[in-house]
Amino acid sequence: MSTPIISQTAAQMSAELAAGSVTAVELTNAHLDRIAAVDGDVHAFLHIDREGALAQASAVDASRKAGEKLHPLAGIPLALKDVLAQKGVPTTCGSKMLEGWRPPYDATVVTNLKKAGVVILGKTNMDEFAMGSSTENSAYGPTRNPWDLSRIPGGSGGGSSAALAAFEAPLAIGTDTGGSIRQPAAVTGTVGVKPTYGAVSRYGLVAFSSSLDQAGPCARTVLDTAMLHEVIAGYDPKDSTSINAPVGKMVEAAKKLDIKGMKIGVVKELGGEGYQSGVTTRFNEALEALVSAGAEIVEVSAPSFEYALAAYYLIAPSEASSNLARFDSMRYGIRVGDDGSRSAEAVMNMTREVGFGKEVKRRIILGTYALSSGYYDAYYGSAQKIRTLIKRDYDAAFAKVDVLVSPTCPTTAFKIGEKSNDPVAMYLNDVCTIPVNLAGIGSMSLPCGLAPEDGLPVGFQIMSPAMKDELMYQVGGTLEAALQSSWGKPLYASAPELAVR
Amino acid sequence: MAAISREEVAHLARLSRIEMTDAELDHLASEMDLILESVSRVQGVAGEDIPPTSHAIAMQNVMRPDVVVPSLTPEESLSGAPAREDNRFKVPQILGEE
Repeated sequence: MSTPIISQTAAQMSAELAAGSVTAVELTNAHLDRIAAVDGDVHAFLHIDREGALAQASAVDASRKAGEKLHPLAGIPLALKDVLAQKGVPTTCGSKMLEGWRPPYDATVVTNLKKAGVVILGKTNMDEFAMGSSTENSAYGPTRNPWDLSRIPGGSGGGSSAALAAFEAPLAIGTDTGGSIRQPAAVTGTVGVKPTYGAVSRYGLVAFSSSLDQAGPCARTVLDTAMLHEVIAGYDPKDSTSINAPVGKMVEAAKKLDIKGMKIGVVKELGGEGYQSGVTTRFNEALEALVSAGAEIVEVSAPSFEYALAAYYLIAPSEASSNLARFDSMRYGIRVGDDGSRSAEAVMNMTREVGFGKEVKRRIILGTYALSSGYYDAYYGSAQKIRTLIKRDYDAAFAKVDVLVSPTCPTTAFKIGEKSNDPVAMYLNDVCTIPVNLAGIGSMSLPCGLAPEDGLPVGFQIMSPAMKDELMYQVGGTLEAALQSSWGKPLYASAPELAVR
Repeated sequence: MAAISREEVAHLARLSRIEMTDAELDHLASEMDLILESVSRVQGVAGEDIPPTSHAIAMQNVMRPDVVVPSLTPEESLSGAPAREDNRFKVPQILGEE
């Protein structure tokens, strides 16, 4: 029996489209049907843009028929995280605050996707304003992990990762402020990349923590992720932190399958005690696979990383408290209590009380505190200095090795509700991913097996120096090929069948 | 002793323009205490000589040429307004009655 089209990789779908054995409209319909069949249980999507997706697919088919030269990803469906503005399509950021808002413009990421002919199926669920590690903070209900519907799909981009694992889309876009692309990838057995800060434009990405936020590509394979990376990355004058340099050759790097002589550093501080045993087991097996492929493994120490989590939970809320001030009920979003008797300020206070969820309020209050006079030096100022120390730790490590590796998260997917009343325990999910954002470097998570004790996916993190994102694709592609040949099939093909409704 | 009092949290909520119920303030005050305890580890780690980092990839002020480019129409700009009058955002009163 041939593989059903929705279970294929984006690269395979691209070949089928080019060969004419399937049309973009058929491919889009196959995914829309899959969403209709399984998303009642998974709840990866907040909005399905059936008409828009089919119109884009028809346009691609027409161009192909006319003999036009098409991008390899033209006609391939994609799930878009609901934090990116798409013209005319509801964009909520998982918040009541933006219920009903339809942006009048496209984010640059969306513009680039449309230009390449990628078919945007709809908007995916997320923790409200990207604050969370489980997607339980969405105002529209949680997303469920396709590997076990009682467990979280990671967060904040749990909708995007679940859509990939449930074969609702072969490609997805995530955003990563402290791990929101990589941790969801890890717990769903998919691949996610946080590019170097500034490699992908933030224009049209609703801001959470501007100095950390970065959009990136997600897929089921390293090659598909690389193809999507090249579509969305590039200099954008509309983002003043965009890096004005050519996009590297990610696809070429992912196809190299050669890491002979490369030095790979294992970060001593990101592992060991407190890590689930199956996570450590699979991580160590992946290291052996890298050695077999010809790499040299070196242990490196990054002593400042132990302060990264604390620094992050001051810097990100501080920036958020300022960024989220824009939700004032005056120009867009909901407005509550405007009955003619109340002042603008009273309406603003009521709207923000109703519009924001618990976690968002918690972070705004924390950020406001950390920035207030009298506490600024002790909290925000100290955190910014730690950011310097973390950057220096990376610089010292990258002077010795080509890339650094660690588990993506300390555990596999936990149960929905298990940590929702303990913010400090929830924040610990991000302990391995956060140092990357503070230093602005690139990082990938790819699956390295299932934990023996619970049968759930384990993520392997590869960190590369700033502006050298090719290196993580080179190592990731090689590791993926080695592991898949030992398993006999890709990890995502082992996911349990979902009930079809 | 608590690192932060309920009154301080209420003050922060006022500064943040978020109306909060008494129950919310109680809950948040106890949570803030725990969170501040864990994040206060940042204090005293870095010496005086360590400069702060605000952006990982350092950049100078970035300016674009002063050239008019296409932008949103008034209709598009107002498309998400909770209330509007003609080509303007309509907002609740911002000054007192007197």
